[in-house]
Amino acid sequence: MIPELGHFALVLALFVSLALAVLPIVGAARNDAAWMALARPATQALFGAIAVAFFCLMASFVNNDFSVVNVATNSNSELPLPYRIAATWGSHEGSMLLWVFMLSGWACAVSLLSKRLPLPMVARVLGVMGFVSVGFLLFILLTSNPFQRLLPPAPDGRDLNPLLQDPGMVIHPPMLYMGYVGFAVAFAFAVAALLSGRFDAAWARWSRPWTTAAWVFLTIGIALGSWWAYYELGWGGWWFWDPVENASFMPWLAGTALIHSLAVAEKRGAFKAWTVLLAIAAFSLSLLGTFLVRSGVLTSVHAFATDPTRGSFILIFLAIVIGGSLALFGWRASQVGFAGRFDKLSRESLLLANNVLLVAACGAVMLGTLYPLALDAFGLGKLSVGAPYFEAVFVPLMAPVVLLMGVGPLARWKQATVAELAGRLKWPALASVVAALALPLAAGRFSPMVALGLLLAAWVFTTSLVLVLQRARPSFAQLRRQPRSFWGMVVAHVGVGLFIVGVTMVRGYETERDVKMGVGDSVPVGGYRFTFRGVQEVQGPNYVAGRGTLDVQSEGGGAVFQMFPEKRMYKVQGMPMTEAAIRSGLTRDLYVSLGEMLPDGTWTVRVYHKPFVDWIWGGAFIMAFGGLLALSDRRYRVAVKAVELPPPLAAEPPTAGKRPQQQPAAT
Amino acid sequence: MTPRHKRLVLAATVLGGTAVAVALVVNAFRSNLVFFYSPSDVVAQQAPRDRTFRLGGLVESGSVKRQADGVTVRFVVTDTAKTIPVEYRGILPDLFKEGKGVVAQGKLDGEVFRAQEVLAKHDENYMPPEAATAVERAHKAAQESKTTLQGVQP
Repeated sequence: MIPELGHFALVLALFVSLALAVLPIVGAARNDAAWMALARPATQALFGAIAVAFFCLMASFVNNDFSVVNVATNSNSELPLPYRIAATWGSHEGSMLLWVFMLSGWACAVSLLSKRLPLPMVARVLGVMGFVSVGFLLFILLTSNPFQRLLPPAPDGRDLNPLLQDPGMVIHPPMLYMGYVGFAVAFAFAVAALLSGRFDAAWARWSRPWTTAAWVFLTIGIALGSWWAYYELGWGGWWFWDPVENASFMPWLAGTALIHSLAVAEKRGAFKAWTVLLAIAAFSLSLLGTFLVRSGVLTSVHAFATDPTRGSFILIFLAIVIGGSLALFGWRASQVGFAGRFDKLSRESLLLANNVLLVAACGAVMLGTLYPLALDAFGLGKLSVGAPYFEAVFVPLMAPVVLLMGVGPLARWKQATVAELAGRLKWPALASVVAALALPLAAGRFSPMVALGLLLAAWVFTTSLVLVLQRARPSFAQLRRQPRSFWGMVVAHVGVGLFIVGVTMVRGYETERDVKMGVGDSVPVGGYRFTFRGVQEVQGPNYVAGRGTLDVQSEGGGAVFQMFPEKRMYKVQGMPMTEAAIRSGLTRDLYVSLGEMLPDGTWTVRVYHKPFVDWIWGGAFIMAFGGLLALSDRRYRVAVKAVELPPPLAAEPPTAGKRPQQQPAAT
Repeated sequence: MTPRHKRLVLAATVLGGTAVAVALVVNAFRSNLVFFYSPSDVVAQQAPRDRTFRLGGLVESGSVKRQADGVTVRFVVTDTAKTIPVEYRGILPDLFKEGKGVVAQGKLDGEVFRAQEVLAKHDENYMPPEAATAVERAHKAAQESKTTLQGVQP
């Protein structure tokens, strides 16, 4: 009964979303207030219907209803409750339902938090989101019904993939999807602006907090995924440039460029066309990511060719969304205007350079991800693009971005002078160079890449400090007057610096040893001595495991502790899994995982020492926290009021440049 | 400088920067493509001798041998037609098994393929696409040679 209810709710949701996609937009075009007013209630009804469907599926998982195909293939009666709940989105069908559930959730949030937006704008934004929902609901109902019954019911389920039975995997997909889907809001605002022809600073201001929110979720989602790979895959890597990872990284790069260009669009009225284009790109890349991960095209282009319904559906939908929005852009671009004048050295030009580099990096990732697929699809051969490519491209493209990150916030809008910038930057530059030379030497081994990494990190920290001191004039009391968005930027940039420290140190100084160990054998790694004490069998809820014990002692004497890596065998799927033991610390992780038992009773063991590795994820979480701070800026609550004044017809750049955040939206 | 000049300079800088970025990307891209070969390709001398490539197929049953140090492994990769010996130093992935699909990345050293990386994917039932292709190709080749033989005989 519950699955049928869920299925019915989905069908209902499809009809509601059809109405939402058509009526308010037509209403906005014909200036019909009654039709436009439908947008909010329809959005909330859509969210309600999809929520019912989503919780029906979750109930089927919780109740172990193995008469539902999806439950029978992705769960098991022995699976602990939290994982049964997470299994709701562990499968293809369930994750698509989660996708559209979140989309309607974002739309519902827009409908509730847009009281001050003009009605035609609300109608268009929600209408566009309704249109995207139609596509995904049709996809679910036609090709991936999560409520499909199984007759006769299975006695028990095939269990969730053991790799997904992990707390990280419980929250990673929802976070990632919140980010992907959140860009739909930025996209909807961009398309709504194209439909209406209104591109004033108010548009950018409306769109900005939503975009930042999506970016925060995506950042957390990617960081969690990377962290999960680190501790769950059992060999200590944190980023593999795998197509699945790249699929989430491309929208992140485009989204990062977007939040920076939105800043210019809001404060200076420049870069409007570019911003609209980036909003379209960020969401299109999110759709592309969904397509790559969900169509099966990655596992094999041929699998995709033998069962093409799902893949071709997403591909057609992708073509409609991207093609349609770009066509609209081409038609309206002349009205968008490239308004805004600025000097070749100004905060605008520096942000433009940052945008170009981020987009170039995004393009490079796309080339490396799609080229092998395209070649394979046309039968031109099989190849892969290795991690060295991505690294070779990323360092030279990102190093200037990081350098610009230090300069941009210190430069004036509209026109900056070399002399002034040089005056502000000479101490950070000197300090960074000293740090880059001294720290690697102090660490005992100098390498150019480590020096470069530390130079960039020190540059970010010192320029952020100079920026804060600058704002602290004439007295430190001034700092309390700085808006939250300023602090958000500083925090996010410092997060980037911390991330760079983590990457640099772990790449430069990690020690990895794969060794054979019998009981009593010991191995020194990274200043610690690891002694193997043997392996015992332990029982888990749905697995049996060999649990190894290692005594670890710091070589300078000091603390002795034990680590317990496991080798698990999941009973239902008969799948072996390595569960690493990790001892985390601020300046290093110790990482031990079991390989396999050799005929003579000894084990192969991985023993790793990873300096500063936690800074990678710490930095990412601090970036996300910076985004949250920026989101809480009072400007987004107060400034929207100013927009309630009669809206300007054409976009005009604000003229005064000194304190643009206090200027009204348009002259 | 007039505003027009300034714009030109800006546009030229952006274009120049983009050109440098593109050149860099294309160069890195070309030198890091990793091609895929099956054991039959390698035996037919089609694989490069001094460049990293991927070798895919099945791990031949009974071929996995550990060396004395315990962490160096030798095994044979087959596409059911031809075989190539592989040597790898390190811990093998959980799903590495005799008779199952495998993809190794590394270089040829004489007759032996020295793997720097051994990949086996996250699912019992799933065969790495490269391994599947290798076996499929060998089967096709075998069938073709059968039909040609039949064509020759009256």
